[in-house]
Amino acid sequence: MAETVQLEVTRYRPEQESEPTAQTYEVPYRKDWVVLDALNYIKDQQDGSLSFRWSCRMGVCGSCGMMVNGEPKLTCAAFLSDYFPGPVRVEPLQFFPVIRDLVVDISDFLGKLKRVKPWIVREEEQPLEQGEYKQTPAQLDLYKQHSMCINCMLCYSACPIYALEPGFVGPATIALAQRYNLDSRDFGAQERLDILSGKGGIWECTFVGECTKVCPKHVDPAGAIQQYKIKGALNWFKSVLLPWGTK
Amino acid sequence: MSAAAPYTRHHPRWYRRRVSVWWWLESWRYTRFVLRELTSLAVAFFALLALWKVYAIGAGPAAYARFLAWMQSPVFLLLNAVAFLFVVYHSVTWFNLAPRAMAVRIGGKRVPDWVIQAGNYAAWAAVTAFALWVLQRG
Repeated sequence: MAETVQLEVTRYRPEQESEPTAQTYEVPYRKDWVVLDALNYIKDQQDGSLSFRWSCRMGVCGSCGMMVNGEPKLTCAAFLSDYFPGPVRVEPLQFFPVIRDLVVDISDFLGKLKRVKPWIVREEEQPLEQGEYKQTPAQLDLYKQHSMCINCMLCYSACPIYALEPGFVGPATIALAQRYNLDSRDFGAQERLDILSGKGGIWECTFVGECTKVCPKHVDPAGAIQQYKIKGALNWFKSVLLPWGTK
Repeated sequence: MSAAAPYTRHHPRWYRRRVSVWWWLESWRYTRFVLRELTSLAVAFFALLALWKVYAIGAGPAAYARFLAWMQSPVFLLLNAVAFLFVVYHSVTWFNLAPRAMAVRIGGKRVPDWVIQAGNYAAWAAVTAFALWVLQRG
């Protein structure tokens, strides 16, 4: 008989139940399957009512983040073989409100992301005739790591501060703010620093460091936040000690 | 999480799990973090001891002798041993995290994490050696 593996999947059907429950499914065990393949097998062959988000299957879109055995993971990159013989616990990303089954509400993150202006802010645009804004490989290298973020929100699910302090803008948002601050074409650093020095900003972070550990794209949000803190502190010292310092 | 999410009314029955007061005991990763944060108490303890010592020295030989007697009591030997372990944990975790905060670039390339860590540990060793040397002379 072919080998199988059990998946304990969180179900939450708001029209039927007031709290999530766990449902166990048995799926074929294949070495080349990831947890997302198993979920799709369940959806196609066993229970079409199971809801979850996914899109690209290859770690680019950032849609399929879930808790796998209690850890935030991209299910498209979590191989069943790493959890064999199971059972494998699949739950919605923690610290987010659950809409249905494995689907969480991400609107809080999207709202926070927008607040830090994650785009290139220009004081003035140069005329078209001057062509594109050029950048050297060294200038690109400064922010490239943070630009790899795919908004999968695994870092939020790893961050107890986000859970305890709902106003905290969170790891990915700060890493993305830093991505634009470090971009040679951008002039928005001061605006972002003003936003992120305030309530819910960088100073809420107590450097748990788990965001960096769970990040599937090695964006290092914890590093971005600590470097941002140094910048914020220097800026504050300048403004207090040297009244002309920030002018 | 978000009190004012724009489409709340379309999802009237979100499920939100309350965060337990004991969240930091649910996973070893978080327990380690809270222990690290608690090491600040050990640092404060040693700072207070140092102040007490300075005060005792200023108050004369009798006060200093009483201070030394206190330090030799089992209670303080135990407290100091525990606080010392915490302070070592404090230092090690600090040095291990240093590369996250220090993005040093030399010649356009980011200095590797291990170099930053090694530099910090070397500075720690140098300061410790200097302190030991001062104590030896005394």
